[in-house]
Parts: sequence; structure tokens; C-alpha cells
Amino acid sequence: MTLYDLAFHPFAEFGFMRRALVGCLALALGCGPIGTILVIRRMSLMGDALSHAVLPGVALGFILAGLSVPAMSFGGVAAGMTVALLSGLVTRLTPLREDASFAAFYLISLALGVMLVSARGSSIDLLHLLFGSILAVDNTALLLIGAIATLSLLALAVIYRPLVADCFDPGFLRTLGGRGELFHTLFLALVVLNLVAGFQALGTLMAVGLMMLPAAAARFWVRELWLQGAASGALALASAFVGLLLSYHLDLPSGPAIILVAGLVYLASLLFGPRDSLRARYFRRGQLAAQ
Amino acid sequence: MSAFSEGSVVLRDITLAYDGCPAVHRVNGSFMRGSLTAIVGPNGSGKTTLLKGIVGLLQPADGRIERARFGRGGIAYLPQHAEIERGFPISVLDTVLLGHWGRIGWARGVTGELREAAQQAIAAVGLEGFERQPIATLSAGQFQRVLFARLIVQNAELILLDEPLSAIDWRTAEDLLRLIIGWHRAGCTVVAVLHDLDQVGAYFPDTLLLARECIAWGPTREVLVPPNLRRARQMADARPAKAEDWQRVPA
Repeated sequence: MTLYDLAFHPFAEFGFMRRALVGCLALALGCGPIGTILVIRRMSLMGDALSHAVLPGVALGFILAGLSVPAMSFGGVAAGMTVALLSGLVTRLTPLREDASFAAFYLISLALGVMLVSARGSSIDLLHLLFGSILAVDNTALLLIGAIATLSLLALAVIYRPLVADCFDPGFLRTLGGRGELFHTLFLALVVLNLVAGFQALGTLMAVGLMMLPAAAARFWVRELWLQGAASGALALASAFVGLLLSYHLDLPSGPAIILVAGLVYLASLLFGPRDSLRARYFRRGQLAAQ
Repeated sequence: MSAFSEGSVVLRDITLAYDGCPAVHRVNGSFMRGSLTAIVGPNGSGKTTLLKGIVGLLQPADGRIERARFGRGGIAYLPQHAEIERGFPISVLDTVLLGHWGRIGWARGVTGELREAAQQAIAAVGLEGFERQPIATLSAGQFQRVLFARLIVQNAELILLDEPLSAIDWRTAEDLLRLIIGWHRAGCTVVAVLHDLDQVGAYFPDTLLLARECIAWGPTREVLVPPNLRRARQMADARPAKAEDWQRVPA
């Protein structure tokens, strides 16, 4: 088997593989920088919570309109934003911290979603919603993913400065009336949008994987925040490429294959990355001790 | 009104409380425009709380805080423990540029002029050549210098500093003290919470001695006298009042 057969033939031969790859490219462009900012704002688990929170909306869209991309996406965005806004409201009005109020609402939302699907659909439907099927990404879904990636990058460019400043020194911005809350909410909206883009391909359970794993891995490669965002996007795309091929050649489900590759990339970065990785720390300490 | 009575910040019988427990109780007085005032007092005497009230991060439970209209950079506030993550991937120059926030906000670009001002501020705090360094590589003293550079860039009329000179070496403390005095000479109103009474006596014309209530407020040599200091210590040693007792104080 030549390299061409291994790496390029599946994409050249099959339209669904090409669409899957293009979808992953768009996902990687949006999820890379957004994941990086989630990591830097210590909201990694909040992304996970939101990814579960979109389920009842998706399920409702599915029940009402079948496997319709617009209906399920709209429902997902609505459910995700409801959880995000309600959690934000509770955090502001009560002493409950943001992570706890997020956990409470996403659990309610997730249970509601599973209930809806199991009451009205088959277990195949549930599996489809939870794990996605990247090989069934059609042109409508592709357009949606592309539109969300475009919007995300443009919006991030606009709110990048207040987002980073608010994260670096929130007290400073508060004394200057910097409206950190507003930008925080806008950012959460972007997270929800990207999770909805991701769920078509990877399912609601896995969508956050392409956001978090490459972002966490990028941290071990470069220092500057914008470079981390770019590196994270590149790692996400590479993971998707390899994951799709594995899925094709070994007949594995594509969503978990992609996320597992992203996981391997993360572990490799953690162990061998040039910055702050275990190797960099351990090796350097050994050097100092030897002197 | 004479220039003398022109207060930059006037406190009218203010009480600042956390959950009904006053940390600052019925303080009256004013920080004159262009004055350099030290706030001293035992631990837990409400010094930080008072600064937060003046900045507007804490609303008074009672009384009124009148602030003059500040143009330019408005109010600059350096908290004691800034909620800053020291490992954050941001350079010295970018940190200092944040001082321009009042002018650039979230949307406007940083012009060459603003960048120049930031570079001059970095040079003024003795960190020339550190512009590109990530803040994670700085020592505590160097980082405090960066925050002072940001204060310079803010170019505020009222500058509030919460223990700006603690936990840094004497050399840095001396340099920063010189900057504070420079701001005073330039006409800024400066209020600083300090612990070192020798420093206060040597450099600060006015002092507010606080022990939840105002013990004394005026020229430093009249405030920092043994009877006042003794009273402040006694107030601090006294058992903290219960919340219920304080709530009976007429609001």
C-alpha cells in the first residue's frame, strides 16, 4: 500500500470523506482559538458542560423535524444559550459560583435531553445525537459549520482584547467600567455555536473534544496566546485528518477516532512538547543537578 | 470656595460594610486636590475597604462619597493583591499598554504615540529592554514596577495604592516611592495604604489613621503621635463588634 493509497486515495475517491475533511477544517479553525481562550480563562469544564447542555434542544429539533440540520442546530443553540444565561444569572444573583450553577443547569438539561430522545426516538437516534456521524455530514451541515467558523473568527477578532484583558486582570477592568460581563456572555455564545457546529460531525458528547484537547496540547508548544490559538487549530485539523483515515481504513466510528487521535496528540505534547512539558521540566532539572 | 477646601474626594459620614458588619464606620473628611495622603492603621482596620469604596467597587452602606469630576485617565487603583495570574502569557509592553484602556477601550487601535508613552513609562520604572519579556519571567519587584508603569500610562488625576511597597526589596521600594512623590509634584491626588511609619513620616505630608473609625486625619506629624497610635491599637485589640450590635446603629 503506497502513501497515496493510505493518506489521499480515500479523499480522492469518496465525496463523503472530502466533505468530512472540509467540515473538520472549518471546525478546527473555529474551535482552535475558542478552546485556547477557554483554557486560559479556566473554563475547560464549562465547555464540557455546555456541550451536554445543547442536547435537549437538539433532541426537540429532531423530534419535531427529524434529522433536519437547521432544526436541530437552532434547538441546540437555544438550549445551550439558555443554560449559559441562566447560570450567569444565578451566579450574579446568588453566592453560588459559576462552575456550580453551570453544573446544576447542564445536568438538568442533559437529563431532559436523554429523556426526550428515549421517549420519542430509538436508541439508534440517541447514539447518533450523542456520537454524531461525520460520514453523514451533508452540504447543508457543511455550510452551517463553515458559517459558524467564519462568524466565530470575526467575532473573536472584535472581542479578543476585552476577553484577554478581563481574564488577565479582571479587577483592573472593573475599576475602569470595562463591561467584562458582556464580553463573557458573547464569548459563551460563540462556545455554544461552535459546539453545535461540532455536534453534527462528532456528536454532543465528543464535540468539546476537538475544542479542548488541541488547545490543551498547544500550550506545550508555543507561548504567545495568539500562537496557541493557531497551533491549536492546526493540531485539531491534523487530528481530524489522521482520525478520518483511521476510521476509513480500520472501519472505526469516526467521531471517537478523531478525538482519540487528538488525545494522543495531547499526551505526546504533554510528554515531549518544547515548553513546560514533562520532558522539558524533567530534563532541565537533570541538567542543573549535574552541574 | 478657596482652593484649599477643594476636595478631590469627600467622604460624608460613610460606612462601608460586608454583610452588615461595618469595616469602615462613619468616616468624615476629604482628600484635597493634589494632596499626598498615607492611610495607616492596624490590620483589619478598614484601609483596603476604604480604598474600594473610593474606587466605587463597594457601595457605602451609609453616607456619601463625593468624587470630583476626573478627566484624563480618571481614577487609577492598584490593589494589594491584584487578581492577576502571573503565569499569563502576556508581555511587559502589552501589560503596560492596558493602562491606555480609558482611551482605546475594546475597539480602538494602539497608535504609535500610545506605544511610545508605554515605552517611556517602562523606561521610567527602570525596565528598559524588558518590553518583550513575558511577565511570568519577572521577579515580584519587577512585576510591581510593571504595574507602576501601567499607572503612569493611565495618567490619572486620582491614584489609589494599596500597600504598594510591601513584599519588595528596599531598592525597588525606594524607586517606586520616588515615582509616587513625582506624581504628587505633578499635581495628582495620591492616597496610599502603608505600614512603614518611618516612610510615612519622611515622605507623606498628610496621614489618615484608621481603626475602623477615623482616629485622626491631618498633617502627618500631628496624626502620628503616641496617644493616637495607642488608641488605634486599643481599637484593634478590642473584640470585634457583633453584627447585631452594628445593625442597631441608625442607618
